[in-house]
Amino acid sequence: MNWIKLKNNTKIDALSIPAITIDELREDVRNMKLRPIGFFGKQEFENIRLYITLADDKEGMIYVSSMLFAPDIKSYDSLTKDFPQFHNFEREFYEEFGIEPKNHPWLKPLRKNQDEYPFFAMQGEDVHEVAVGPIHAGVIEPGHFRFMCQGEKVYDLEIMLGYQHRGAEALMLNPNNRLAESICGDTVIGYNMAYSQVMEALSDIKISQRAEIIRRIALEMERIAIHIGDMGAIAGDMAYLMGASVFGTTRTLVINTMLEICGSRFGRGLIDVGGVNFDITPELSDKIKSVLDDVIKIVDRTAKVMLKKPSCISRMEKTGVVSMETALQLGAVGMAARSSGVNLDSRFDFKDKWYKKCPLEKEIKENGDVYSRFNLRYREVKQSAEFINDLLEKLKENNDGIKVQTNNDLTPNSFAISITEGWRGEVVHTAITGVSGELIRYKIKDPSFNNWYMLAMAVRNNGISDFPLCNKSFNLSYCGNDL
Amino acid sequence: MIKILDILILIFMPFIMIGIIKKTKAFWGGRKGVRLFQPLYDVLRLLKKEAVYSETTSWVFKTAPVIGFSAILFAGLLVPMINGKAIMNIPFGFIIFSYILGFGKFFSLIGAMDTGSSFEGMGASREACFSTIVEPAFFIFMGSVVALTNNNSFANFKMILENAGIYGYLIIALAVITLFIMLLIEGCRVPVDDPTTHLELTMIHEVMILDNSGVDLGLITWGAGIKMFLFEALIAALIIPAGLPVWLAITAFLAIICLLSIIIGTIESSIARFRMTHVFEFIFIMSITALIILTLVTYRIYGN
Repeated sequence: MNWIKLKNNTKIDALSIPAITIDELREDVRNMKLRPIGFFGKQEFENIRLYITLADDKEGMIYVSSMLFAPDIKSYDSLTKDFPQFHNFEREFYEEFGIEPKNHPWLKPLRKNQDEYPFFAMQGEDVHEVAVGPIHAGVIEPGHFRFMCQGEKVYDLEIMLGYQHRGAEALMLNPNNRLAESICGDTVIGYNMAYSQVMEALSDIKISQRAEIIRRIALEMERIAIHIGDMGAIAGDMAYLMGASVFGTTRTLVINTMLEICGSRFGRGLIDVGGVNFDITPELSDKIKSVLDDVIKIVDRTAKVMLKKPSCISRMEKTGVVSMETALQLGAVGMAARSSGVNLDSRFDFKDKWYKKCPLEKEIKENGDVYSRFNLRYREVKQSAEFINDLLEKLKENNDGIKVQTNNDLTPNSFAISITEGWRGEVVHTAITGVSGELIRYKIKDPSFNNWYMLAMAVRNNGISDFPLCNKSFNLSYCGNDL
Repeated sequence: MIKILDILILIFMPFIMIGIIKKTKAFWGGRKGVRLFQPLYDVLRLLKKEAVYSETTSWVFKTAPVIGFSAILFAGLLVPMINGKAIMNIPFGFIIFSYILGFGKFFSLIGAMDTGSSFEGMGASREACFSTIVEPAFFIFMGSVVALTNNNSFANFKMILENAGIYGYLIIALAVITLFIMLLIEGCRVPVDDPTTHLELTMIHEVMILDNSGVDLGLITWGAGIKMFLFEALIAALIIPAGLPVWLAITAFLAIICLLSIIIGTIESSIARFRMTHVFEFIFIMSITALIILTLVTYRIYGN
């Protein structure tokens, strides 16, 4: 038995994780046809243990295994050349532990050593390079983009990140909820939920049904708010003023409702290990319902106008296309992958019971251009509003308190994993405890980690002036990638 | 007396025009918007400030804003104003008008290139590219009107009707479309360019002036306003019929300027900016309308 199977939000005995060889791993990945969601090392005395977690999205199971590197082994044969979706994971592992994946086609710095970054260069008559960042004109995070262009056409884009590297994983060894929700500021609920679920799995806490429902309401509210904000930003980048102002004000309605729930517009402080800190009273429940009704009406009207307006269509359609094959190769996840036709949504793949009764199918739109990413956001907003209405109904029947007593006793020698579908895609948190129940490794995988390369592929052969629009349609996180 | 009024309008009307566009956009966006005279205060504030220069720039960058502004101001003297007469009436003024603007633009292009920034080089190449399409259209249109009216100044706009007979209104309508698209291109408005964007990679005019500051930026902003206003003034000259009493001509002139500003603001609020490659399809409309004018005039003169 090379792999241990576990469900989402559960733990296993860390000592029972088998150790396999690189050839076995290669064979297994090839045969099992699963995608990696974790590929990270841990110092184990003088050895380095590499944990590999694969997601089986059809069965809703997670497979865990490991590889042991003795101190004298400094390289292995790269998996990336056979399975490109490992490319970022192997770079990350190399950067952290110095074990080199041999024949990796793209072994460049991921977060550290930006000074020595080996950029590609291009030569030719009308070839020019445009360097953008790390500091941008707008109020966004730092990241360096280098375009290799022929005239107005982008031949290739290299994205160099790492400016936001704060050592979040090391900080999370002494974790708390306020820290967890600050790692990636636009996915507050998603991160906090993933962290809380990992901790609850590690300490065998069963939280109340009511708390689970409230968490999911908050998660969907976050999705609605950010999606509407992004739709407004896409409209703004196209200089479509009407869309930008309508979506901008509508987003405020949603986050102000979040403010009424928990005192923070972004949902900070709502979730704690053991449940939630704020209840949703029946009056508040009615308020949420009526606000969402208004929001959906406005979004419906404006989005429909935009999706039919020739000038908007001409700007969005066939801009930044990522084909389904490319998305699968790169291991893309979340909303961006779905808009390329990849059928991935951890809310349904990993059978979250609060979602299963919903009559809606997974939302798929298959063109992979800016238009489909806009359209998918619009449909996800509507879908999430229906989920919230459904969850608010369920809230009435579940009155079992919002928080259970917790102690900070984590089960020793355990390995726990949680996948939460944040608005951008799956947020994967993995934690390993040591002999006395202390955290010895905390690993975070943001959806942006998979998807940044998708953006580079999307702008190829597009005009350089379409880059901002492509970028906004993905809206990836810098700090989620840099950690 | 009228000429003094002309000069005052040439200098201050651009601010009101930009103010009206901003107010219109704010209205459609459901916002209160900035004060009507805010563009004027902005430029006054900038003119009081010192300009900062990067070490890589030379005298070209420093002189470009002044040359650009003077060129536009000089071009303004040739354009018919409130009662249909230009401040300076020079034979073949329209040729000087076009090339003095081209001269100013040339300096702003090499000024942008002088910074050595890849952004500004990109902006300069785009601006030059669009201008090369505007120029032939402008001369096809103006040449046709000159041939039709046997008059070589902008004053010939008022003679189109008497010379062209039944085709007069059609020619004027087509000329308004031609000039309006030129206005959108030269004024860097949506759907050709987005004057409010912060995204350097999509900008045309704005990216060329990223390095300018203080008094230089003030002159560029002011100059850009005047340039746009000149095209509005040309459209007004086309529409206002000859022989109106002076007070009525002034009122009509100002009303048309305001109306055009409101139209520009409404366009900016209601459509998205075109993709850079699709912009060419849009601005070739201007070339086509100019060619139709040429055809109509040729038919009028040599037909029958």
